[in-house]
Amino acid sequence: MALPQRKQDATDARLAAVTLPDGPAWLTKARKAALARVSAMGLPARRDEYWKFSDPTTLTDTAVISADLADASDREFAGADALMAVFVDGAFDADASDDLEAAGVTITRLAQAQDITWAGDLLGTLEARGQSPVERPLAALTTAMATDGLLIHVTGDAARAVHVRYDRKDAGADVALHHVVKLDAGATFTLLESGAGAARFMSNMEVDVADGATFHHVRAQGRDTGRRMNTHTFTRIGTGSTFKSFTLSINGALTRNDCIMDIVGDDATAHVAGACVGDGEGFHHDDTVFITHDAVGCESRQVFKKVLRNGAVGVFQGKILVKHGAQKTDGYQISQSLLLDGDSQFLAKPELEIYADDVACSHGSTSGAIDEDALFYLRSRGVPHKTATTLLTLSFLAEALQEIDDESLGDDLRDRLAGWLDRHQS
Amino acid sequence: MLEIKGLKVDLEDEDKSILKGVDLTVPAGEVHAIMGPNGSGKSTMSYVLSGKDGYTVTGGTATLNGVDLLAMEPEERAAAGLFLAFQYPVEIPGVGNMTFLRTAVNAQRKARGEEELSAGDFLKEVRAKAKDLKIDAEMLKRPVNVGFSGGEKKRNEILQMAMLEPKMCILDETDSGLDVDAMKLVADGVNALRSEGRSFLVITHYQRLLDHIKPDVVHIMSNGRIIKSGGPELALEVENNGYADLLAEDA
Repeated sequence: MALPQRKQDATDARLAAVTLPDGPAWLTKARKAALARVSAMGLPARRDEYWKFSDPTTLTDTAVISADLADASDREFAGADALMAVFVDGAFDADASDDLEAAGVTITRLAQAQDITWAGDLLGTLEARGQSPVERPLAALTTAMATDGLLIHVTGDAARAVHVRYDRKDAGADVALHHVVKLDAGATFTLLESGAGAARFMSNMEVDVADGATFHHVRAQGRDTGRRMNTHTFTRIGTGSTFKSFTLSINGALTRNDCIMDIVGDDATAHVAGACVGDGEGFHHDDTVFITHDAVGCESRQVFKKVLRNGAVGVFQGKILVKHGAQKTDGYQISQSLLLDGDSQFLAKPELEIYADDVACSHGSTSGAIDEDALFYLRSRGVPHKTATTLLTLSFLAEALQEIDDESLGDDLRDRLAGWLDRHQS
Repeated sequence: MLEIKGLKVDLEDEDKSILKGVDLTVPAGEVHAIMGPNGSGKSTMSYVLSGKDGYTVTGGTATLNGVDLLAMEPEERAAAGLFLAFQYPVEIPGVGNMTFLRTAVNAQRKARGEEELSAGDFLKEVRAKAKDLKIDAEMLKRPVNVGFSGGEKKRNEILQMAMLEPKMCILDETDSGLDVDAMKLVADGVNALRSEGRSFLVITHYQRLLDHIKPDVVHIMSNGRIIKSGGPELALEVENNGYADLLAEDA
């Protein structure tokens, strides 16, 4: 079907500016196939159903808007025992990184990939699968353009986590990265990500979680105010396996985190959660989730909390699709915003589409202010207004933070949120 | 200690007058009780003194040791030594009871220019005081008042009072919803805090609490004013005859 003219023109203009990175034949083939998907779908525009709350223009434009560099001291997860892989403006920094050899894990960089059979079978395939029923052209564009990334193969119980840190040096960098993580049956692995990455940062992560495997993902997206970011996580979740992902977003001009989870094996667990805090009209944060239950007895959980003030905008689009035969599905979805003033906005679109008759799905979405009674109670005990507000805001965020299994990682992020809240109160 | 003169208060949202000129003085070291029919303004007075939003003071003054209470923020009043034991203690999910207590204790100390309590000293003190009130470690760990029974909430109020060591304690119907044993426990907690430098204003509907917490003076409040003050025998009179005679006397 032909694209609308305006969309066709915008897509043509963008694709004309794309040069595919060099690589082995299998990778070039995957990139070209991804590019073909972009051509067929066209780039997203405001009129598209999944972009009506978030304007994709600054993500699709050829030009990049530069973003000031945030103070890079006091980094997230600095205390965690993890193998470091550092990218600076999207370029791998070998000096700042550890030797990418770890017990139970094989890591190859996309930029250095040769004939890696497992990656060849996977790269771009979960993304391509995730294009239906909702098109995600920016994910395909990222698959095509990504210059680097990590191809991680986990064969057993990975003793150490891998921490991918995205540093910035150039205020105007435009970066696309693509990671692939494959967990063999019964394998366990934790991936940490931190940093804003670039003025415009596009990233894909395809995660194949085989039967009985466990994948933990904890991410903090830096605190640079002007950066624009679009991440896509595509995961296929096998029988009896576990996938858990948590994202903290502080500041940022535009954040769009897409998470597409495909539960294909019985008795699997899929959790995705996030907390964000934003101050000012220049803050726009969008969590878009699509969970497909295509197996029996699986549990999925979405917990998203947003704290917004001074005209900040939060968006949540979350869908649970329970296919025919996906009986005994237990789906839970909650999206909540705490509006610290009357100027901020929370736009939520929870969706359930259920074709099985023996399922339990619950969903809720709320927008609210600080509880005045609780605030007065705390103040009447001598807790100053500001501290009381921070305490109550942290308590609002607690349900999302509790989704992080590792307590010390959760504490690290909680402290950052507390610091931000103290700094951002009138 | 506490001196209220001609205090007049309206509800902010409605054009409704609640307190119509309250005069009340509680000297240091004394326990005063306030009784009165429902809707007479007892709880409103406790809220206005502690600084809750939603009320407009249209006249009069309230001072604590000569300092104007009404000009201060709620947290400043607390640091100045005022404490309100809530009739309905608020549940705060996500904030641990211990975190809350320690934040409050240290915020008050800081506001008064005193040194903050160390984690160890705080723990020692809170454990000892909690034990007296039969508050177990589990209750201290839970979020503030969440899942607490009525009695547990009231004991938790008294624990806060014991930790914060205020000068002027207002107890707003602390006996409501308590069984006989719980009332005794709460009263013991309050009595343990009685001292020369500390005063109490006990708002209650029932004489029974005053059997345990013996007041020096009993005030009867009606229609936004103190209509009669007397000794403990006044509470007994109310218990036996109700308010009808007193109200008729006032009219």
